[in-house]
Amino acid sequence: MTIKIGEIIEAATGGFTAQCYELHSPPPFGGLVRVSEGDIDIYAAVADAATTSIEPGRRPIARGGGEEAEGDVFSANPQLEKLLRTDFRAVVVGHKDGGNIRQYLPPRPARIHSFVYICEPEQTAEFTRSLDYLGLLVNAGERSDELIAASLRGAAAANREPREFLVSAGKELAVLLSDDTHRLNSILRRLKV
Amino acid sequence: MQERKLGMVVAGSLTGGVDVRLDGEVSVEDIAVGRYVTIGGRKRRFFGMITDVSLDASDPRMMASPPDVTDPFIAEVIAGTSTFGRLHVLPLMTIGGDAESLLEGPQPVKTVPAHFSAVHDAGEEDVSQVFGQVEERQFYIGTPLDMETKVRLDPAELVKRSNGVFGKSGTGKTFLARLVLIGIIQENAAVNLIFDMHSEYGWQGTSEGGGTVKSLKQLFPSSVAVFALDAESARRRKVSVDSIVEIGYDEIEPEDIAMLRETLGLTEAAVQATYRLARRFGDRAWLQGFLAIDGREGLNALADELGEHEATMAALYRRLDSLRRLKFLVPHARDNAIQSILGYLDRGIHVVLEFGRYTDLAAYMLVANLLTRRIHEKYRERMERATAEDGAKPRPLVITIEEAHKFLSRELAGQTIFGTIAREMRKYNVSLMVIDQRPSGIDEEVMSQMGTKITCLLDNERDIESVLTGVSGKGELKGVLAKLDSRQQALIFGHAVPMPVVVRTRDYGTNESYKELGFRDALEAKRMAEEEARDLFAD
Repeated sequence: MTIKIGEIIEAATGGFTAQCYELHSPPPFGGLVRVSEGDIDIYAAVADAATTSIEPGRRPIARGGGEEAEGDVFSANPQLEKLLRTDFRAVVVGHKDGGNIRQYLPPRPARIHSFVYICEPEQTAEFTRSLDYLGLLVNAGERSDELIAASLRGAAAANREPREFLVSAGKELAVLLSDDTHRLNSILRRLKV
Repeated sequence: MQERKLGMVVAGSLTGGVDVRLDGEVSVEDIAVGRYVTIGGRKRRFFGMITDVSLDASDPRMMASPPDVTDPFIAEVIAGTSTFGRLHVLPLMTIGGDAESLLEGPQPVKTVPAHFSAVHDAGEEDVSQVFGQVEERQFYIGTPLDMETKVRLDPAELVKRSNGVFGKSGTGKTFLARLVLIGIIQENAAVNLIFDMHSEYGWQGTSEGGGTVKSLKQLFPSSVAVFALDAESARRRKVSVDSIVEIGYDEIEPEDIAMLRETLGLTEAAVQATYRLARRFGDRAWLQGFLAIDGREGLNALADELGEHEATMAALYRRLDSLRRLKFLVPHARDNAIQSILGYLDRGIHVVLEFGRYTDLAAYMLVANLLTRRIHEKYRERMERATAEDGAKPRPLVITIEEAHKFLSRELAGQTIFGTIAREMRKYNVSLMVIDQRPSGIDEEVMSQMGTKITCLLDNERDIESVLTGVSGKGELKGVLAKLDSRQQALIFGHAVPMPVVVRTRDYGTNESYKELGFRDALEAKRMAEEEARDLFAD
């Protein structure tokens, strides 16, 4: 069963931002999501998620002073669900074109209002059979080390032989980061499950 | 069978050898210098020897802040990627890929394999392709490291030039030399004359463990004769001796004394005086005549007569007088030792001359030099006659000497018969096998003329340098030579093998090994017995 999780509200070749349909339910950090663009499927890794007010100028105010449980804040103020939103940003890691997985950037960015689906474990496993996409993540900017580690942990869980997968991914990283031992070490330490 | 892949070629040159990056799965600790590898180039296969192993890292900062290798995961990831082993391989031979070059067999290398060629452990098949199949009843010296393939050392090729067996003491020089001699006897490549300083080659030798091993006479009773200088010692050791050698004072010439200059501590003036003595007393009577002089007055009178310094004469007398303790020296020998040795050699019987208790250098050098000079002379005469008359040439002769650096030192090599033999190669069908622990003491020219060098462990820098003079890939082989085991391992290179090889020498000393090595004699004995039986019942 494919889970539709949100809708694109900002798109570029290298990544997109999507709004979740449900408040506080972004896909897991580092997890793979999928968007269809014509006859290609774009794959992206969830790089960042945030819950904010729908109006940039209006910050939420604390309302739970008199409540027993945190959930009671929302049941007492049902309008809150409509005043807040959860967005997430994803980094494009490849696409599928005519059944072939390509671990490089797609020809076009996704469209606004495209639906974003969470990748099933089988799809994740299929996509991560090759590890060339790590090259895109290495240069993903801020928090890329965390992102790589989280993405590999997630992919390992979807893989039939998680340890072997992590070792070969680690070796791939060691080659990519051959001139930056500190970074390599910090990622490797985060890969331990 | 596909052999284990070790890695791939990443850099290199023909003169310096190629660098191989080890794959992550291969541990540097499983690699040993001296082992063979094959490199699959695009057009041909290369055959090389590992000459160095090193560690490398892609990022030098790795050394400053090492990763946490106690974690097996991290250790596994970085092995072969961030950190990796590096091999240095000396390419030695190539085997072409097409049918024609397969027929030609392995050729010396003239180029290096292309970038990223795969490197594998050499298999038994590869090794036997290079060294050739060893047929049954053919001599082999041992097997390459960690392999079963036999390495053939062709005795016929070997005896074409002078050869050397080197190694520091206790590394098995004697065992190796004995093996090589057995090979020569087995395949009848030449006839041997062995100057056996420590009585190791005749009847039996000692092994490192303190036991005894059979020697040539026991393996080839009908084709080896043992001569002894010291009848008493032979009797004590219960060695049946074919002949006792005595040397007459009348056989010693001034040249023989000149050779002993250093050993006896003679001055140049004293050596010159011997020539004057020879003129004064006659070539054959000088030593006898000189030693017969009694008292200082007599000596002084002689010095006056010859125009020599009195002190020189006195010193010469003292030194030569010390030769009297050598019991095998007699005023006049009953038998002519040289004729008798030549007689055996002519019949194809190998001669071992045991020195018994006369293990000091003066005795050894005197006898070896004296006999060799005369025998070489005879060989030269015969060879010249044979060439002139187009007749039969004398059998090739291999003369084995120990402590060779004493005979072939820079000062003496130009003067002694051994230097001459080593330099003239096989012009007169005589070649040397020198056994020595101090190759750096041997004259460079002589070293460079040696066809095949078999060397056990050497650790002195100068000795290593000297042994490897004129060998391509010298720098690389140095490391291999210095890292040999001190037992049963030797590096062989030169004329008789297609490429340098580190061998584990074959076992010697077990009944099995004797049977394997002595086969020719057993066969011959059988054939002779059959012949005799035929003769007996012929009529």
